[in-house]
Amino acid sequence: MSDATTWRAWLLTDAPTSRRHARLASFYKGWLSLRGNTMAMVGLGILVGLLLMALFAPYLAPHDWKAQDLGNRLQPLGSPGHVLGTDSLGRDILSRLIYGSRITLYIVTLVALIAPVAGLLVGTIAGYVGGWADVVLMRITDIFLAFPRLVLALAFVAALGAGIENAVLAISLTAWPPYARMARAETLTIRASDYISAIRLQGAGPIRIITRHIWPLCISSLIVRVTLDMAGIILAAAGLGFLGLGAQPPSPEWGAMISEGRRFILDHWWVATVPGLAIFTVSLAFNLLGDGLRDVLDPKDGGIE
Amino acid sequence: MIDIQNLDVWFGDGHDRVDAVRRATFAVNAGESFGLVGESGSGKSTILRAITGLAPTWSGRIEIDGQILHGKSRDRTFYKNVQMVFQDPYASLHPRHSVDQVLGETLSLHGFRDIDTRVVKLLDDVGLGTRFRFRYPHQLSGGQRQRVAIARALAGEPDILLLDEPTSALDVSVQAEILNLLCDIRDQRKLTYLMVSHDLPVVGHMCTRLAVMKDGEIVEVMDVAQLRQMKASHPYSQSLLDASVAQ
Repeated sequence: MSDATTWRAWLLTDAPTSRRHARLASFYKGWLSLRGNTMAMVGLGILVGLLLMALFAPYLAPHDWKAQDLGNRLQPLGSPGHVLGTDSLGRDILSRLIYGSRITLYIVTLVALIAPVAGLLVGTIAGYVGGWADVVLMRITDIFLAFPRLVLALAFVAALGAGIENAVLAISLTAWPPYARMARAETLTIRASDYISAIRLQGAGPIRIITRHIWPLCISSLIVRVTLDMAGIILAAAGLGFLGLGAQPPSPEWGAMISEGRRFILDHWWVATVPGLAIFTVSLAFNLLGDGLRDVLDPKDGGIE
Repeated sequence: MIDIQNLDVWFGDGHDRVDAVRRATFAVNAGESFGLVGESGSGKSTILRAITGLAPTWSGRIEIDGQILHGKSRDRTFYKNVQMVFQDPYASLHPRHSVDQVLGETLSLHGFRDIDTRVVKLLDDVGLGTRFRFRYPHQLSGGQRQRVAIARALAGEPDILLLDEPTSALDVSVQAEILNLLCDIRDQRKLTYLMVSHDLPVVGHMCTRLAVMKDGEIVEVMDVAQLRQMKASHPYSQSLLDASVAQ
């Protein structure tokens, strides 16, 4: 009997001995079911790679990301010293891509922390409390939904000042309404169920019911939606950057790199294509992982039996 | 223990108003098991929901253990005193909460400190071993889920249990187990039961008296001896009796 097999048996027992044991066991079973999903593991692998790339950017980048070399501009793919070529100012595209992963992660993390949480709060409160709270909160949501997203973000950035932080804030402020709508719809179906009646009969208040009983059931569909929105969020940040209101040059933000490369797209296609491929890969990874996570988090499937 | 007079429960307003219960009057003594019988849609479950504050609009007088209830709000002593077991065990347990979480949260809401020992004891009382403590609802059968729901109802040590067709979603052999469990618990804990059912044999087995409901009204209150002798005074209850024997 090796150590590993006893650990495995301990984790896979169907009669856990303590609360901590039960939590570890269900976590391990969730991990096993995620691991069984090949596409989700591909997505997770790409994202872990992105994380490591951002973490070790100074060691991985072959050149300084802001060093210009005008004599060496617009070099094609595979040219000596510049595997992915150089851009219009002769900067190494690979190095900029590696440093840009930090900005991408920063945007994605901040938006993923702000927008779904705000949407969840508004949606579940509106759905559970009902009445006037529902009417007021949902009309505010409608107003936000009625604005063109980029225009509203532009207005926010104009008010708050240009920069990547404000762009993230503006995107979050325009991204929460769909989450609120979803959370409200789910809450309405959950609210009338017997298990909510049952916990109310135990004397639980609305705050406990919303946070402990309704949120856990809304989160799995929100996670899927967030991962599906990630591509759009990265692109919205890029769009703001293109308009001069998001990432400021010489920042190696991927979207800004695309808009810089746009001018040369016919003669020097790689300048715009390489960061485009990076955005594509990361978005795809988020989608794959999101789909896999949904399968693990959905209680109705029951995980592995 | 439970005294209900002239209870009206309705849904909607104006033209949409549906009277679910009309002028219902009955009383349940302490330690007694009282059955509410009728076809589906006759308003029997609605009476339970009015008592627990889950029905939106009602009028009349509901008195529980000397305490007169108002509107939809109920206080802590009510929740401590009165608990309910729901009809469908597949819908009455939170799908993401393990048995331990369900019972532990209930116990902490009732202000108990020794939660670990009490969870184990509750599982024992309803005939589930500690093996089931960290299971999720989807890992349990219908009968096991209903046992968990009964354990949850017992957690606050209530005096009154409202049973909303507790066995109708289960198959026959499991029904008998759950009914026996409910009988044992009643005898051990000296509980008062108010039980809703459309199944006359079940009510005959569990209850001492029963009320027959039709279209939201109580047409007759009789005791189980009358039920067993098939002597109902109201023609509708007689037809119910005849129908249940004919099956």
